[in-house]
Amino acid sequence: MGTSFTRRGEFWSGVKDTLPMIVGGIPFGIIFGAVAVTSGLSPAATLGMSLLVFAGSAQFIGAGLFAQGVGSAVIVLTTFVVNLRHALYGASLAPYVRRLSHRWLLPLGFWLTDETYAIVIRRYQQPDESPYKHWYHLGSSVAMYSDWQLSTLVGVVAGQQFKGLADLGLDFAMVVTFIGIVVPLLISRPMLVCAITAGGVAALANGLPHKLGLMAAALAGIAAGLAAERLAGRREPAYEMQAAAEAERKRA
Amino acid sequence: MDEWLLILGMALVTFGVRYPMLAVIGRLRLPDTALRALRYVPAAVLTAIVVPAVLMPDGMLDLRLENAYLPGAVVAALVAWCTKNLLLTIMVGMGAFLLLRALTG
Repeated sequence: MGTSFTRRGEFWSGVKDTLPMIVGGIPFGIIFGAVAVTSGLSPAATLGMSLLVFAGSAQFIGAGLFAQGVGSAVIVLTTFVVNLRHALYGASLAPYVRRLSHRWLLPLGFWLTDETYAIVIRRYQQPDESPYKHWYHLGSSVAMYSDWQLSTLVGVVAGQQFKGLADLGLDFAMVVTFIGIVVPLLISRPMLVCAITAGGVAALANGLPHKLGLMAAALAGIAAGLAAERLAGRREPAYEMQAAAEAERKRA
Repeated sequence: MDEWLLILGMALVTFGVRYPMLAVIGRLRLPDTALRALRYVPAAVLTAIVVPAVLMPDGMLDLRLENAYLPGAVVAALVAWCTKNLLLTIMVGMGAFLLLRALTG
């Protein structure tokens, strides 16, 4: 855990804590680069997509649809739906970044991914009063972005040589990290109800297209958690939010 | 250039989903229920990503032991529950997963 609350210290902690995601991201980036080029995107456009869109699942789906000759309007709409979950991440992180200027929020918003969200929300929720948690956020974002660009490049240049990469199971690094983040959160009954509901709905709705199952599962989990809270009659205050607001006030 | 228009469109909608909530929500006064709902986002979303990845790595329900994702995830969850140590969870979980893969070939 980063004990030195300096900008540099937070930045590098963010990079370091994102390492499992980096490992997990490499095969995806390489495979994307290789698949996109064989599906008819030019190498420049493939790299451009990683640089400008920076959304793994949406890019895979986009390249796949492009190969099938699907029109741009449909692909853009699909991208929107696939990425809807990022709105939840944004809302969840918003209370912690509200003091930041748009000079910070623009790049942090552009760089928001599943991986960085998972790593960074954990840091924001830690009770210490480091004033530089957004530097941790920056470190995680820059690390993921660089990882995605480099691995896309490798995929474009030499993708065909890495055909076996998908079978190595490096994606389990992401799964196991998410487990390590979620499980310690499940200390109250409403949290447990939330997770069980979200997991159940996600499994049942896995067949839905465009990651809509994930969205449905997340919303069902949140609703179930709130309902469980209400049933238990314990209207717990939003601790983290209050703590964050409190810290902000003190700083101001 | 057709493909560049496509990329521009994808980039715009992606940013359009990511940025506004991050930048705007924090500056509004949210009702208490909304704030409490946001507390459930990490557990809900991460579980929703993990469960299908573990139970159906190839798109179909796979409860066989050869599906190393499943025992790997169970081991990781146990370590996470007992130690609350993220790094240890990652290392032991990944180790169990790779070992099972090697054993079941």
